[in-house]
Amino acid sequence: MVQERDNNEWIAALQADGPLREAALSDLRGMLLIGLKTALKSRSDFVDSLLDDFVQDSLVRILRSLDQFQNRSRFVTWATAIAIRVALTELRKRRWRDVSLETLVADTGFEPSAAETSPDRESQPIIEAMYRIIGSDLTEKQRTVLLAEIKGMAQEEIARQMGSSRNALYKLSHDARQRLKQGLEKAGFTAQEYAITIS
Amino acid sequence: MSLSRPELQKMLDVVRATQPVEIDCDVCLMQVGEFAELNLVGKPIPEGLKAIEQHLTVCDECREEYELLRGFLRK
Repeated sequence: MVQERDNNEWIAALQADGPLREAALSDLRGMLLIGLKTALKSRSDFVDSLLDDFVQDSLVRILRSLDQFQNRSRFVTWATAIAIRVALTELRKRRWRDVSLETLVADTGFEPSAAETSPDRESQPIIEAMYRIIGSDLTEKQRTVLLAEIKGMAQEEIARQMGSSRNALYKLSHDARQRLKQGLEKAGFTAQEYAITIS
Repeated sequence: MSLSRPELQKMLDVVRATQPVEIDCDVCLMQVGEFAELNLVGKPIPEGLKAIEQHLTVCDECREEYELLRGFLRK
């Protein structure tokens, strides 16, 4: 049976030695097993045989991050968020590991004229400006990250293929979005104007 | 191949939501539990957590993880 603990008791037990820590680890492992299985069971890319590894990797990351717990949520909520990150990162990695970033981005191109993607008359000028700015104002790295993210490629996999990290990648993506936003503003489009639905 | 309509829409949406200062995915991860608990009980999001809300708008992966966390908390 899982012992009831408040946040401080969880932290104290996990930082202790001996049986107290073992009991807390065992309880946390059990809760993560149930939590992750519940969270992931409807995903087509999840199989039960992955669960033990996900939980083990999660426990390692949770223990390594204990000093970052700010006691502003339930400890179990915080730990589950980390476990979900660990599990989804692995599932995304498996899904995207055989996809070439170079090919994905090269295939995207910057021409807005393809018939199947031709937007309606209202959004056409904004879309054209967006393509122009992506092609001319962004660095190659910024363009690559932005387009790969829009295509849904996993950030970890983009980072791996670019020899970078997820957080460094986020900075590149942020810079790209900022440049694009500034470019659209310079071209006369306010954020309100491109709050549109492309039909 | 060009960007599809949903991809063009996504591009415009994330650019519109972009802010000069944003948090990254690791900062989001450390605070998203608090955000999810407050959101679930319908409490207003304090100023200090607005950056989480913004990050979830522009980051598909953190949003996907947040939705799973919400589902877990609901049960």
